[in-house]
Amino acid sequence: MAAPPRHSAMLSMNSAVATPQPMPGDMSQGPPQSLTPQPSQGLRVPSNRKTIYDRHLNRSRNAELSRASFAYLFAEMVTYAQRRVTGIQDLEKRLNEQGYPLGLRLLDLLFYRTTTTSSSALSSSSTSSSPPNRPLRILTLLHLIHGPLWRLLFGRSADALEHSVSPDTPNEYMITDNDPLVNAYISVPREMNQLNCAAFVAGIIEGVCDGCGFEAKVSAHNQPTEMWPSRTVFLLSFGESVMEREKVLERSGIK
Amino acid sequence: MSSSKASRIGEETRIDKVNAELVTLTYGTIVAQLCQDYDSDYQEVNKQLDKMGYNIGMRLIEDFLAKSGVGRCANFRETADMIAKVGFKIFLNVAPTVTNWTSDNNQFSLIFDENPLADFVELPDDGRAQDELWFSNILCGVLRGALEMVQMQIEAHFVSDILRGDDTTEMRVSLVRYIEDEMPPEEE
Repeated sequence: MAAPPRHSAMLSMNSAVATPQPMPGDMSQGPPQSLTPQPSQGLRVPSNRKTIYDRHLNRSRNAELSRASFAYLFAEMVTYAQRRVTGIQDLEKRLNEQGYPLGLRLLDLLFYRTTTTSSSALSSSSTSSSPPNRPLRILTLLHLIHGPLWRLLFGRSADALEHSVSPDTPNEYMITDNDPLVNAYISVPREMNQLNCAAFVAGIIEGVCDGCGFEAKVSAHNQPTEMWPSRTVFLLSFGESVMEREKVLERSGIK
Repeated sequence: MSSSKASRIGEETRIDKVNAELVTLTYGTIVAQLCQDYDSDYQEVNKQLDKMGYNIGMRLIEDFLAKSGVGRCANFRETADMIAKVGFKIFLNVAPTVTNWTSDNNQFSLIFDENPLADFVELPDDGRAQDELWFSNILCGVLRGALEMVQMQIEAHFVSDILRGDDTTEMRVSLVRYIEDEMPPEEE
């Protein structure tokens, strides 16, 4: 199936997210539904109302699950993807595409949660706690990824955030994770040593960037050091339109 | 072993943790991907999930035995308690209720009050998914794979799911047979 251009996919998904069903597990990004007229009764719901609309979105906020379960699922996901691809690049692309819709949805979840915490923290002193703004500038966005997004997914911040030093690529930024959880239980065969399964996480980052209106390509690269053998650098290259806007915003002094 | 003892083992077994949402979301993308790859042929998606679960189960059992330190179960009723109160507790942090035994003690149901895999999930509103897709079908495969490794051939399937509009999520598990140790075929 030919993949639709990312931005159009994003728009259609954003509209889906705008309705109160902000979550990743649902499959609204699935193939178009059949065109035969449907009876318009919609989805059946249990009478005890244990639906996503009735349960609080923060219910699982601090919940924990077995790390092994994650490892099993992720490994199975990679194995499955591997059977359907022709090479390493293809595999990474596929993992990236699986992460992308998660990023789009996590973005909304992140904003939603920052609103609720800030409003409860400030409640006594200020009556009008402003909702958190979506990032307008690249740096704010990168801090959002490096901090809150990483903490939501992995329980800690990422390890480094850098800007490309090369004058040719001012649009490139790097986020480093010294020991990515996703790679902890994946052993890559020697002949595939280029592969980095954190491409899944790169996809999530890409989804977050796109969802914020920062068109970007994100890829995961192995940069092992002696101390951190599975150190991974996520390379974010922002599109030209983003860089142009950045300049305009800079001139008008918007942070 | 009494079922309260099983609960205690389930509660007390120490394991490494991750954010529950990461697991939920990862599973969600797996199912979404399958639905896309198989063009919403939900029967096939169920089958693939079961297969994935089987692969997981075969490896998970070792982890289970090592972490919990439990030994051989005396009968299938004890096995059921182990699955519900230790296995599910360790790996999904839930303890489904074991119930609806047949009189020959070979079939029971697991009723899930909570199912972290299905948090945040709504099935596609295409008029079919709610009748055909078993969203958490991977769990059936996990049980099948894990028990096969300890010499029990079982069959497991969901009979209801809250995601389908049912009031409970219920899995039916039947013992097919105990697998006898067999000598490996002689090398020619």
